[in-house]
Amino acid sequence: MGDGTVPLVDYLVLGDTPHLEVAECVACGAHYFDRRNACAACSGTEFTTVALPAEGELKTFTIVAFAAPGVPVPFVAGVVDLGGTSVRANVINVEPDADHVTLGMKVRLATYSMGTDEAGTEAVGFGFEPLS
Amino acid sequence: MFNVANACATGATALRTAIMAIRAGECDTGLAVGVEKLSGAGLLAGGSRKEDAANWTPSGRYGAIAAIDGRVGTETMPGVFAQIGMEYGHRYGGTSFELFARISEKNHAHSTLNPLAAYSKRFTLEEIMGDLMIAYPNTRPMCSANCDGAAAAVVVSGAKLKTLSLEQQRRAVKVSASVLTSDPWEEGCQVLPNVNTLTRNAASQAYELAGVGPEDLDLVELHDCFATAELVHYDNLGLCPEGGAVDFFQSGATWRDGSTPVNVSGGLESKGHPIAATGIANIWEVATHLRGEAGDRQIEGATVGLAHVIGLGSACGVHILERSAA
Repeated sequence: MGDGTVPLVDYLVLGDTPHLEVAECVACGAHYFDRRNACAACSGTEFTTVALPAEGELKTFTIVAFAAPGVPVPFVAGVVDLGGTSVRANVINVEPDADHVTLGMKVRLATYSMGTDEAGTEAVGFGFEPLS
Repeated sequence: MFNVANACATGATALRTAIMAIRAGECDTGLAVGVEKLSGAGLLAGGSRKEDAANWTPSGRYGAIAAIDGRVGTETMPGVFAQIGMEYGHRYGGTSFELFARISEKNHAHSTLNPLAAYSKRFTLEEIMGDLMIAYPNTRPMCSANCDGAAAAVVVSGAKLKTLSLEQQRRAVKVSASVLTSDPWEEGCQVLPNVNTLTRNAASQAYELAGVGPEDLDLVELHDCFATAELVHYDNLGLCPEGGAVDFFQSGATWRDGSTPVNVSGGLESKGHPIAATGIANIWEVATHLRGEAGDRQIEGATVGLAHVIGLGSACGVHILERSAA
């Protein structure tokens, strides 16, 4: 927050090379996006922070046309495989239709400004955009 | 008296609770009731997005500074289950908007024979694909119907059954397997709910307990909360070879005149999905066929059937029922 920006979620790391990070179980290697007291896979209690690659493959998606009040539609929601770690995210910077979004497409992390609050801090969100 | 809440597996959990009490010798008769008032409940998840705060303040388990539904994927059920179906397509190929719509076409066609379905109208493929899009590839008729509903089942021990009237003994249906599973941790299971592994585990346990295989099933009522979900459960319940759900559906196997009729009630897409009632309503549907009392939609000579539900969180209930020998 020192440079006047704040990420949408803790696991989004901003800076020169924005990326996502996970808590990795030291014992079994399971990945978590939230803080854990213990590993859901093996009950281990030691974790280390690991950076995920910025590029991956879209393993599933939906195009949400009907959402809760206040949520702009349509938007593309999906799961991206980042080197073996599944990540939930929107697919952005793409036409939200099935001609432009396809299973298995290569994507990369992209960030965008969500606006500035009263204190002048800018929030930064993320999504994945087509690689080509 | 137990009150249970287990998401969409609530009814199956209630029934299993009664069955376990009888097995434990605590009682010889049980009544499992599932009831839900759902009309107008809407999307059930996601909520309404509040105005962003005046100052960005991280909160919650992800330290989010604003609502994440719609910004980091979707939390709504039509979108979650759309992704579950599309993920199967990514893994094995062969899926398309039209394929998923054809599954819905089948269930709505089946519903025309079920006077208890919330919607008993047949839709053409074009009507289904052209209807209101909710979350691609699920259009409105490909989603379970929001409706009120209730269902109940009486279960008794074998010894108790012998004391009942011959007519009651004739109509009794044997519970050959009652299984409830939770999902083990697997990569990605907290990113997109994994409804596959726990269903596979429940099905294999149920077949083992009942001493029957998927090829013995005369009908299946499975959890088609969305058309995209039905496809993956053909595979999860072992109705087809692994990865073969698309070919299995396209062969016509799951239509009511096919080799493994699935959701001859019309499924949740037509019959409706009053959440707590669903896991008992599907038991009633299977039992009604086994008794030969299903009227116009009777699967002739049905002797073995399977009922399946999924509750996100996750729990999977599988019951195998068999016609009484009496």
